[in-house]
Amino acid sequence: MVPITYYLILSAVIFTIGAVGVLVRRNAIMIFMCIELMLNSVNLTLVAFANQWGNLNGQIFAFIIMAVAAVEVAVGLAIVMAIVRHKDTTNVDEIHLLKW
Amino acid sequence: MNLSSLNWNSLLPELVIVATSLIVLITAVVGKVSRVDRIARGHALAVVTLIGLLIAAGLTIMQLSQPASDFMGMVQSDALSHYLNLVILLAAALAVLLAWDYLGRFTYSFSEFYSLLLLAVAGMMFLGKSTELITLFVSLEILSISLYILTGFNRHQLASAEASLKYFLLGAFASGFIVYGAALLYGDTGSTWFSDIAANASGGFLTLAGFALLLVGFAFKIAAVPFHMWTPDAYQGAPTPVTAFMSVGTKAAALVALFRVLQSAVSAPYETWAWALAILSLLTMTVGNVAALRQTSIKRLLAYSSIAQAGYMLIGLVAGTVLGLQAMLFYLFAYAFMNIGAFACASLLESDDWSELQDASMANARGLFSRQPLLATALAIFMFSLAGIPPLAGFFGKLYLFDAAIDAGWLWLALVAVINSVISAYYYMRVVVVMFMEAPDESTRVRLPIPDSAILAIVIAVLGALLLGILAGPSFASLGQAVVAWRF
Amino acid sequence: MIFDYAWLILLFPALGLLFNAFFGRRVGHKVAAIVANLAVALSFLMAVALAMGLSALPGDESSVEVLLWPWIHIAGFQVDMALLIDPLSSVMILVVTGIGLLIHIYSATYMKVDDEHQPMDERRYARFFVYMNLFILMMLTLVLANNYVMLYLGWEGVGLASYLLIGFWFYKPSAADAAKKAFLVNRVGDFGMALAIMWMFFLFGKEAGSLSFDAVFAALETASPAVVAALTGVTLLLLLAATGKSAQIPLFVWLPDAMEGPSPVSALIHAATMVTAGVYMLARSHPLLELAPATMTLIAWIGGLTALMAASIAIVQTDLKRILAYSTISQLGYMFLGVGVGAYVASVFHLYTHAFFKALLFLAAGSVMHALHGELNIDLMGGLRKKLPVTYAQFLIGALALAGFPLLSGYWSKDAILLGAFVTSYPLYAIGLFTALLTAFYSLRAVYRAFHGQPRDEHLYDHAHEQPRGMTWPLWALAFGAVFAGLLGLPAIFGKEFGFPVGNLIEGWLKPTFEGLSEPHVAFSTEMALFISSGFVALIGIYLAYARYVKQSGWTLSLQKALSPLQPALENKYWVDEIYFAVIVNPLRALARFFATGAEGVIDGVVNGVGAVTTAAGVGIARLQTGLLSWYALSLFLGVVLLLIYFVFA
Repeated sequence: MVPITYYLILSAVIFTIGAVGVLVRRNAIMIFMCIELMLNSVNLTLVAFANQWGNLNGQIFAFIIMAVAAVEVAVGLAIVMAIVRHKDTTNVDEIHLLKW
Repeated sequence: MNLSSLNWNSLLPELVIVATSLIVLITAVVGKVSRVDRIARGHALAVVTLIGLLIAAGLTIMQLSQPASDFMGMVQSDALSHYLNLVILLAAALAVLLAWDYLGRFTYSFSEFYSLLLLAVAGMMFLGKSTELITLFVSLEILSISLYILTGFNRHQLASAEASLKYFLLGAFASGFIVYGAALLYGDTGSTWFSDIAANASGGFLTLAGFALLLVGFAFKIAAVPFHMWTPDAYQGAPTPVTAFMSVGTKAAALVALFRVLQSAVSAPYETWAWALAILSLLTMTVGNVAALRQTSIKRLLAYSSIAQAGYMLIGLVAGTVLGLQAMLFYLFAYAFMNIGAFACASLLESDDWSELQDASMANARGLFSRQPLLATALAIFMFSLAGIPPLAGFFGKLYLFDAAIDAGWLWLALVAVINSVISAYYYMRVVVVMFMEAPDESTRVRLPIPDSAILAIVIAVLGALLLGILAGPSFASLGQAVVAWRF
Repeated sequence: MIFDYAWLILLFPALGLLFNAFFGRRVGHKVAAIVANLAVALSFLMAVALAMGLSALPGDESSVEVLLWPWIHIAGFQVDMALLIDPLSSVMILVVTGIGLLIHIYSATYMKVDDEHQPMDERRYARFFVYMNLFILMMLTLVLANNYVMLYLGWEGVGLASYLLIGFWFYKPSAADAAKKAFLVNRVGDFGMALAIMWMFFLFGKEAGSLSFDAVFAALETASPAVVAALTGVTLLLLLAATGKSAQIPLFVWLPDAMEGPSPVSALIHAATMVTAGVYMLARSHPLLELAPATMTLIAWIGGLTALMAASIAIVQTDLKRILAYSTISQLGYMFLGVGVGAYVASVFHLYTHAFFKALLFLAAGSVMHALHGELNIDLMGGLRKKLPVTYAQFLIGALALAGFPLLSGYWSKDAILLGAFVTSYPLYAIGLFTALLTAFYSLRAVYRAFHGQPRDEHLYDHAHEQPRGMTWPLWALAFGAVFAGLLGLPAIFGKEFGFPVGNLIEGWLKPTFEGLSEPHVAFSTEMALFISSGFVALIGIYLAYARYVKQSGWTLSLQKALSPLQPALENKYWVDEIYFAVIVNPLRALARFFATGAEGVIDGVVNGVGAVTTAAGVGIARLQTGLLSWYALSLFLGVVLLLIYFVFA
């Protein structure tokens, strides 16, 4: 059996990749995909812990996170569309009307 | 376990809100109406929303003295959540009054707006009651996602969309950290219930890291520095009624939920988290106040000011005592009145031109006193109250918070807060000076049309800011009785 | 028990102002006026009931404290919303609500037209009464407060109402400027008040646990010498506050300009009630003053000199309302003089009679102003007696009472103060007596110039018309008071010597408040001599005015010529405004300019100080808000990392 640490380290790595991706990517959609990556790594963690503790809480939590992620995708794409209608870009560096 | 064994009573106010939200939403898909009728229908929907909010408030008041814990301990209905409900419902009702006329200026999607507003309200109310990580996360997301959409509700305006995008991406980023924190806490204890977490926490890396990441989420919602970057942009770009609502509701819910977490889920020693919060509080009020000093838009100024106000309110959590909680709740009420009132006045100063950054600029307020003395006086009252000038509500709110801090041994924090109040007086007074002492120029000489609904909202806010100040003693004491009943 | 309902006196004006604020513009002139008047009328009835309740108290009790609700309770220190009903406050609430009621009734008619004689719209009409009721509410809060903090609340509140009402015709630049000036000058005084209260908090807060009058005064008995020494500082600050509110040297400059407000406002706020708040506050604080003799002396001299200076300026003014404004400053000077020499009862007595005749004069001036379509220059009047017989009679009664014409109300109260001054200091008495001469002269000068002789502006004269009943009958009530109010304060000695059935009622009434202080008493013959001499002086003043302006005797002209070197000083009000400009305003401006231009210099970092540094920091921190999402995300991420490090390693 694979020890739980392996799962945890893997998910931590994925989480970090996602977080760094948010910081370095400039395309709004890509940023959002990185956030999805973070959420999925959390799901992995939760499932691993659920397996370790032998209860279902973690699994349920993982399902709920997936549902929430789906909602976020819907809302996020709509918002990006709203931006694109005004300004033909998804590059977040070009979106800085609000500042200071 | 079956459904009838659950104590639905304890969630009655929230259920009323959700039901109202659904009712309002259904009207969007039922029947076609002409343009003129749409406005009328929008007003009808606003009335339905208000009725729903009032019923929920009535139910909350009826339950005030009945603490209940149910749904297998996932929610806790007690004095804390009841008072939070009242703040949120008040903020929402004032926002609806503001939106009454404002909304028709850029959209006909009334039912979506009010429905989302009610969902956000429900999310906030659940957040204040949750005593379990999954419930906490779901309520947080309900309120956040509703607010992302509401922020971008003015589709004709780039600023609104931009605000929405920034709020959304950063909010989602922050929730990534929250769930990771929640997962670590679960891994540490094998349970998602606060009480189990407190009892079984190892106190090791998982506990501490998990709690730190959970704190990130709250700090983001409270707009604590350095998690505040989204705030000025989102507040400035969002339609003003939404800004008014979320500046109060979100902060209130997040502060109360954080208090609950700190008191019932955290096994870390008091000094550890109190110091972290104290530093956050210090940074938040200082950065908020200093950044507000040179703003030229009243709306953005109020956004920075609300960051600073969050810093003051964090003091109540730092103290972590009955007095601190009491002071924080009192401040939340005061803040609801004065901040929404200020945004309400600001919304009347905005121009109708969506092409640019549509904003209540300082220049629009020039000589307001000689055009509309009562509006200027009302805005001045809100500014005085936010600045903490006696005998208004804001003064007593700060007094109680600082007193709680000193009482709990945080003298330095109280001193920093006092210095911050002095700094903040500068920019609040600047608005007053512009309105009262400067002459209006040609472009700002016209009388602004003020819809009756906005007048009602402003009057309620003025009365609240005045009466909470004049009646500070009794109101503070009545909060106290309820809060003491809460277990410490 | 009537005192259980004492809060009603505050509730009525509060309800009145709320009603007019919300519905005033919809209900029309009549309802708005009725509601506002009714509110004050009910308050007045309540004040009467409270005074009666006070007089019915058994034996040794003389005051009642009514707790409304606990207000600030923090760490062993408490300030309550509580009313103190005692002889002094009962006199004040009777004056405020009684005179206030008459002025409200007058305003209902007067304010139907605006400053340009156009019909006033409902919105502004209602707003006027909102402000007026607000003023009554705040003034009652001020005089009924049982502690310094609540008094300060009322103190600021009446200042706010005064500011709003001075600037009521805000579209006139002069009115806006006057409001601004009143606001700024009063800020100086209010600052003194705030400092005084803070100082008292440090002196007595711990020991007394409260800033209520009772607690503070009780703490004085056990106060250490150091505390007693500090009282001089406290009382000086209180004096500064009082000079601001009551328009005394050095802060009197705002009151003449405040005449830009509508006439009923001048009558109510800037003559009868608000400006006497300083006198009230000092009289209320008399236990503090008694321990600070230096402050007492200063108060007396400030009062005396203000009285003299303002009266001399009033002689050359040509604007009817400004004459009355300087006269108000001068009469307030008398009251300060009375407080300074310890004749508190006489001061309060004068405050009370002054309220009648000065309100009467201002309202009569308002009637003249209406009759002449806004003209107030007495050089353009003359002969109005025939056109405005009622107003003439009323103005004359007011002027005679002000002049101290024997047996009218002003005579008795002024003499009571002069008696106090005589006992304490001859120079002050001499100043007071000479001022009485000037007072008689300028008040009758106004009468003669405006109402006697030939019309100097035919056009104005032809269009003059008597005012409607709604504006004349309240004045008869005030005139009645101006004539007879003094009878309440007949010197006790008269009772003894002449066998009058009543003695000095007002002294008997106020005695409990000022217990332990001996009112000045002198031999009967001395007192009679003082009475006769001051009556004589008043008559001389009146005759001088008569000789100069009616008979136009040659010798008065040569007298005027002989005194003409003084004229520029008087006409320019001793250049006080100019001096303040030169000494305070201009240096401040220069300083500001220096800071502004020095910004590029090397020293700007030093002189601009904290303010500039903070605002620069403001720009700096706001610049961090770049508008770029990645940067925001980075900030958030850094926060996460720091929190993690803190929690894991702390």
